[in-house]
Order: sequence, then C-alpha cells, then structure tokens
Amino acid sequence: MKPNRIGPWIAIALGALYFLLPLIGTFEFSLRMRRGEYSFDAYQVVLADPRFQSSVAYSALLAVATIVIGILLILPTAYWIRLKLPRLAPVVEFITLMPLIIPPIVLVFGYLRFYNSSSFLPMTGNVRATDLLLTFGYVVLSLPYMYRAIDTGLRAIDVRTLTEAAESLGASRATILFRVILPNVRSAVLSGAFLTFAIVIGEFVLGSLLNRPVFASYMQLVGANRAYEPAALAIIAFVVTWGCMGLIQVFGRARYMARAEKG
Amino acid sequence: MPFLELQGITKAFGQQQVVRQMDLSIARGEFVSFLGPSGCGKTTTLRMVAGFERPTTGTVSIDGREVTDLRPNQRDIGMVFQSYALFPNMTVAGNIGFGLRVARRPAEEIRARVAEMLEIVKLPQHAGRYPYQLSGGQQQRVALARALAVRPKVLLLDEPLSALDAKIRVSLREEIRALQRDLGITTIYVTHDQEEALSMSDRIVVMSEGRVEQIGSPFEIYNYPRTRFVASFVGTLNLLEGRVLDPDSGRIAVDGQEIVSARGLAGSQAGETRVVALRPEALSLQNGHLDHNRLRGTIDEVSFLGSVVRVRVSLGGSAISLDMFNQASVPPPARGAPVTVSFAREDLVVLDRA
Repeated sequence: MKPNRIGPWIAIALGALYFLLPLIGTFEFSLRMRRGEYSFDAYQVVLADPRFQSSVAYSALLAVATIVIGILLILPTAYWIRLKLPRLAPVVEFITLMPLIIPPIVLVFGYLRFYNSSSFLPMTGNVRATDLLLTFGYVVLSLPYMYRAIDTGLRAIDVRTLTEAAESLGASRATILFRVILPNVRSAVLSGAFLTFAIVIGEFVLGSLLNRPVFASYMQLVGANRAYEPAALAIIAFVVTWGCMGLIQVFGRARYMARAEKG
Repeated sequence: MPFLELQGITKAFGQQQVVRQMDLSIARGEFVSFLGPSGCGKTTTLRMVAGFERPTTGTVSIDGREVTDLRPNQRDIGMVFQSYALFPNMTVAGNIGFGLRVARRPAEEIRARVAEMLEIVKLPQHAGRYPYQLSGGQQQRVALARALAVRPKVLLLDEPLSALDAKIRVSLREEIRALQRDLGITTIYVTHDQEEALSMSDRIVVMSEGRVEQIGSPFEIYNYPRTRFVASFVGTLNLLEGRVLDPDSGRIAVDGQEIVSARGLAGSQAGETRVVALRPEALSLQNGHLDHNRLRGTIDEVSFLGSVVRVRVSLGGSAISLDMFNQASVPPPARGAPVTVSFAREDLVVLDRA
C-alpha cells in the first residue's frame, strides 16, 4: 500500500508559509515607496545613502578581519587537538559552545567592564582599539561555527598519518599545516568563513554597545526613522546572508562530489 | 659497524610496557622484517626508529649518529604507511616531489627526480593524476616513490601491503624487494604476514608481547624456531611433549616411542619434559632412511587441500599432522589405518623452555 504523503506535504507547506509569508510581505512593502505603483525606490535610497555604504564596508572589513583571526586561531588549535590531544576535544568543544550559551549582551558588558578607559587595558579609549576589541568579540561569537566547520573538515582526513608522512619527508609543522592540512580542509574553512561573514554582518549588540558604525546599527537607525527603507534593508541583509549560505552549499557540494568520485 | 642500531630500547604507554629491552643491529643495505601478531610492539618499534615515538629508555642510531632526540624530519628516513597517506590535494608528481620541494631543491632537479621515480615505479603516465584516481596498488607505488625520492638513509615500511588484495600483494612485494636490492637501501619492514617476511627479508625479527622472540634468516626462523611462539606463529608446526632419556645422545620419548634429535639435548636432564617441533612437510609415511626417526600411530583424519593432502596421525596421547603431495595415481590413506611416520633426525627441533 502506498503511504499517505499528504500529511508531510501539509507540514512542509505550513513551514514554508511561516517562513516565506513575512518575507514576501516585507519585500512587497519595500516596493511600495512610490504611491500607487511598485518600484525599487526604497532600494535606490538605501544604496545611495553614504551611511549605508560606509556601514556595510565597515562591517565587511571587520568580518574579513574576524575570519582571518578566527582561522589563524582555530585551525592550528583544532589541528593540534586532533593530532596530539584528542582527550581534550570534548573540553574544547564545550568551550567553543560558550558563546551560544552566554548572550552577547553579557559579553559586551564584560568587555566594557574590563577594557573601559580607566582599566588596565583601556581598549575602549580610542577608536582603533575599540575596532580591535569588536573584532575579537566577533571572533568569540563565531567560534562555535568556525570551530565546528574546521573540526568537521579535519575529521574527514587522516590528520595523523598525513602529518607523519609529511614529517618523514622533512616538512616542519608550519609547512605541514599550511601545505598539507589547510588545502585539504579548504572547503570546511570556507564554510566557516561564510558563516562568520553572515554573523558579523547581522550582529547588532556588540557593535551598538561599543558605539561603532556597524551595518546592524545602521539598520536599526533607519528602521526607527523611515518606513519603506528598513524593509529594503531587511531584504538586502537577507540576500547577503542567504548568499553566504548558498556559497557554503556550493563548497560543501564540491567536497561531497570529490568524495563521491573517489568512492 | 652496524648502520642502524637499537640499544636497550623500551617503550611504555603509562603502565603498559609495549616494547621490552630490544637490541638490534642492522647492516647497511640489509632488509629486516619485524614479524608478529597485532599488539606485539613491531609498529611501535618502527615508529621509534622513525621518530614518531620517543623510547622510554635506550637509543637509536643511524649511520653512526644518535638520533633518539631528533625529530622525524631530521632523521633522513623515508616511510611508507599502510593507508598510503598520499596528500589528496596534490597530484602524483606533486606527492613524489613534496620532500624535494620542502628541501628547496631546484625546480629542474625536482622535475628530473620525479620523472625518474615515476619510471622506477612504472607509473610514468600517471604524473598528473590525483590519488583518488589511482588503484590501491598504484597509490602504494606512488607512496614508495615519494619516500625514496628524497634519497633517505633508511626506508621504513609499516604493513604497506595489508590493504591490498592478494594478487597485487604478491607482485608488489617482489617489486619492493627488487627495488630495495637495486638501490641498496637499508630497510625495515613491519608485517604480520609470515609469507611476506619469509619471502622478502634478509633477516626476520619475530616479536611477541613487546619481546624479541628470535632474530634470524628466514631459513633459520622457519626451520629452527627457538621458542614455542616462533614455532607456532611461523608456518604450521606439530608441537609434541617428550621426556628426555639421554641428553648426550639426544634420545627423547614421545608417547612412549623413542626418537633422536641430531642437535642433541644439551642443557637438559634425563627425565625432564621438553617440547619438540616438527614441520608437516618434513614428515613422511614412507619408511625413509635407516637412521630416520619413526613414530607408529593410526590415521585419524585426512584433509584434501588440493595440491596437498594433510593427514593427522594419532600417536596415542598426542597427534601429529603431515603433508603429502596429492598424486592422482595414489589414493589418500584411509582413516583408522595403522601407519609409521618417519622423519630425519635433523628435522626434530627441540624448543627453548621459554
């Protein structure tokens, strides 16, 4: 007897409506700026706003810095744990989950308490140091995603044997890490990088409370004062985020295809 | 002077002693196999030579230089792994040339050496392929070429053929041995396959539970095993308990029947019980020479194995197996028939007490 498939389809349809209706509504509303007809005026206004351009550029720059620092910090750590300290893996995994448990608001108040202008390390005392503090904060927020992505990549290769093979051929640890390990977990690292990018672009609490001109703060500012532009901004942010997700899928698929070909 | 020397090597992981007091000297160009079951310490010993493990006590020397405290990349070794360990992101040529690139050799030299190694391992047309595009046998050839490309002083092979099917295994082991002879490279080969060790090695180190049981040529190991473990691990062997009658003349009684060991029973006392070993192929149901040992019994079991017929003869208290060539004109003996098993006095091996 053929199983009844109506139930699952209804569930999928309800789920899709739940996600898509607000999106469609927002998109439709963002097109209504011109009275009586649909137009992209709201998008034009937003895209032409210098504060939009500067906040996107600022957040994108911080995202790239976060990705670089994250990779330099997490790749060697995850590699070393897999290679030499596998017993520590559960502990490190737990630590990397902390940013999901502790809300960003707690994190930022901690920062403000420890690094305020009268502290031993007054990082909030000048703009560049605050940028650095914000970037480190983003590294912490993206830790669960970046660590997991890289660790999954490392699980897929025989780290220990590849390391030993390279070592027996005269390679140093740094050579092994950057010429043998990194190229083989590249797609995993890229997945982590795109997730980090999406997180940083949409992050509001850290940027706002450290008083830096991040994209999310701009969104909040526009949302409080305008009607149609916030809807256009929401759609733009959504496209950027989903673009990143799409790229993860593309790279993930490339890895899957390579393995399927091998198998 | 030995080319590679292990002196007083021991290795413990926590409370577990994995290698116990090992001394070994290997001559330049020699092919030595470490043979033993899983967990006997053979791979750990190899890894100590490679530098991946540090001995708990003892020293490792290569070509007159102590390397115990050197990292693997400072030891001038080439290593081949069971799982090939080719770098998936590099082509065959990239893999073979990796060690030379690390050593910052000129590009032209690398190109020439890679081409030479590809010729040697008979894969000249595969330079541009990736590891996943090769069969297991081809991957292991590339791994061998990669290990040899840097002209190491010592070649270490850790069960390199275990993951391959039987036919490839036989052809590749012959190629490895021929290549090793041509290059004259000192080689240590780890295996649990006695046939591999016997067919390839100049000397075999048989190991069990972290101890060296016996070191000798394949001929010595097979024909004159010193311990019960070596006797049972290498080939098929009949182990019988005998009571020493006269140590000087080598007379010993097995199930009340007197036989003689040509090697004598030095160090034994009359009345003492010793274990003796006999290879199935050394035994015959013919009468043989006059001075041959003879044991009378009855046929207990007859197993047809194709080219060989294995016959088990009950001697009363113990049993003994022997191999006969299958001949279409001579039917195998019937069960229950009385027979006399004969063998040369030289074929009777008296094992150490250990």
